[in-house]
Amino acid sequence: MMYLQLQTVGIAVLASIACVLPGIFLVLRGVALMSDAISHAVLLGIAGMFLLVHNLDSPLLLVGASLAGLATVFLTETVIKTRRLKEDAAIGIVFPLFFSCGVILISLFARDVHLDVDMVILGEIAFAPFNRFIFLGYDLGPSALYTLGFNVLLNASFIYFFYKELMLSIFDYDFAYVIGYSPSLLYYGLMGLTSITAVSAFDVVGSIVVVALMITPPATAYLLVNRLESMIWLSIFFSILSSLVGYATAVYCDVSIAGSIATVSGLFFLLVFLFAPVKGLVAQIYYKRQQKKKILQQLQKN
Amino acid sequence: MISYFASHYTIIMVMIGTFLVGATAAGIGVFAVLRRQSLLGDAISHAALPGIALMFMYSMSTNPFVLLFGGGIAGCIGAFLVLLITRTTTLKQDALLGIILSVFFGFGVVLKTVIQKKGLANQALLGKFFFGNASTLSSFDIFAIAVMAFFIFCIIFLFWKEFFLISFDPEFAHANGYRVFILEVVLTITTVFAIVIGLHTVGVLLMSALLIAPAAAARQWVSSVSALFWLAIFFGSLACVAGSLISSYVEHLPTGPTIVVCMSLIVIVTFMFAPVRTTGRGEL
Repeated sequence: MMYLQLQTVGIAVLASIACVLPGIFLVLRGVALMSDAISHAVLLGIAGMFLLVHNLDSPLLLVGASLAGLATVFLTETVIKTRRLKEDAAIGIVFPLFFSCGVILISLFARDVHLDVDMVILGEIAFAPFNRFIFLGYDLGPSALYTLGFNVLLNASFIYFFYKELMLSIFDYDFAYVIGYSPSLLYYGLMGLTSITAVSAFDVVGSIVVVALMITPPATAYLLVNRLESMIWLSIFFSILSSLVGYATAVYCDVSIAGSIATVSGLFFLLVFLFAPVKGLVAQIYYKRQQKKKILQQLQKN
Repeated sequence: MISYFASHYTIIMVMIGTFLVGATAAGIGVFAVLRRQSLLGDAISHAALPGIALMFMYSMSTNPFVLLFGGGIAGCIGAFLVLLITRTTTLKQDALLGIILSVFFGFGVVLKTVIQKKGLANQALLGKFFFGNASTLSSFDIFAIAVMAFFIFCIIFLFWKEFFLISFDPEFAHANGYRVFILEVVLTITTVFAIVIGLHTVGVLLMSALLIAPAAAARQWVSSVSALFWLAIFFGSLACVAGSLISSYVEHLPTGPTIVVCMSLIVIVTFMFAPVRTTGRGEL
């Protein structure tokens, strides 16, 4: 039993690290909601691929899902390029269509299989350890540990190898373009990683909590530090912390694990927003008061 | 005639209910799209979920007024957190929308498991709000939707000029002595309640599409504000009525997604055939 719980914790931690790595760059780039769009749209890819191969364990489902994620990004960009709509409206009309088609496909053609919509939205992290990875007859542990672990490695190496390029194209897109990097290629690379991550994580935590895992820890870290490198480490720290605390709370209160992790990460964000040393609300009010006092004193002196 | 109504009672109720939801969402959505706050609707609709759950746990009633009021309060809290944190930090708004949307929804999921575990109710109650189910709308639900839609339209017509002013040019409105901040608060609360009344029918996951898509499509055809408003309402209610009718005739077809697909068809046709606007400045 203890062993099983440890495996669940491991899956939760790996899922949050895998999500937070692309999330940092989404937040900085100002495209955080693409994670929401992608995590909804992958449903269409999974449903469509399932109807083709009729096997829920096929790796082709992941391929289909990633393709659907990339298609969302591409279609959204295309709509923006027609200059008929602004970015927010373009995102808001593309992904609901993908998601709706996915839900309709599932409820019409895949009712009898274990692919219900509740699972897609909420995830089933508690059952993840039972899905074992069996190789040559040996039980090597839950397969989610392997997919998520691979995902963490993939995301980390992308950031490690393209660190300079990513940083440049986020903070100065035009300069990156001029000196010959291809920021749009990097953007699609990042979005591809986001899709893959969303797919492998939403299996365990559900499509909406994926957004919380991707966006909340980086936003929390953003309020505390000013350097990209420290932001990355702090984001990872917050994501591990919220998955551990969230898991413990969920087990203690016997509630949904994924929901609890999202809630805890939100509480951390709220605390940091209120009490962060410089950018926090309390600090800002305090500095403003101090400044007022200073100005009043100076005026009185004169 | 009477027997016709009796045998098609459900269908007629569904049509009235979704018509009201679609028209209200499209009307208020015009302002959301013009103010580039389209995705605020997405955050609000997700944020309403824990409010509905808490209200249910507290009051133990399934009265739509009570539940939707709870959802409305939670939606308002979510919306104001987004606006407050955007104003006080350098975080971009889309990150905040993502946080509020997912964290509130996650909390709603936690509450859902609490309700289920206590065996309080048919767990269908909250599940119903994920995708909506127009065919289970009771006549009292529709009465509640109609009353709230009526008030929302009253507020829109009362503040017609002011709402368009702050949507197009808040600085100009401010310079002319309008209380822009208070007007924004009124508009946001109105938006929250326009979203909340659709949660029965379309569900929290797809409600934002009903807000954005009609206005986005209508904007391609017309350029005067009142034409934009009425055309958006026409598109929105058309998609809602068509979608809910189709979904009630085809077995197992969920209402919300069907409505969204109908709405998307209107958008796709619009993008193919609407005149290309040459003035770069007028774009949404």
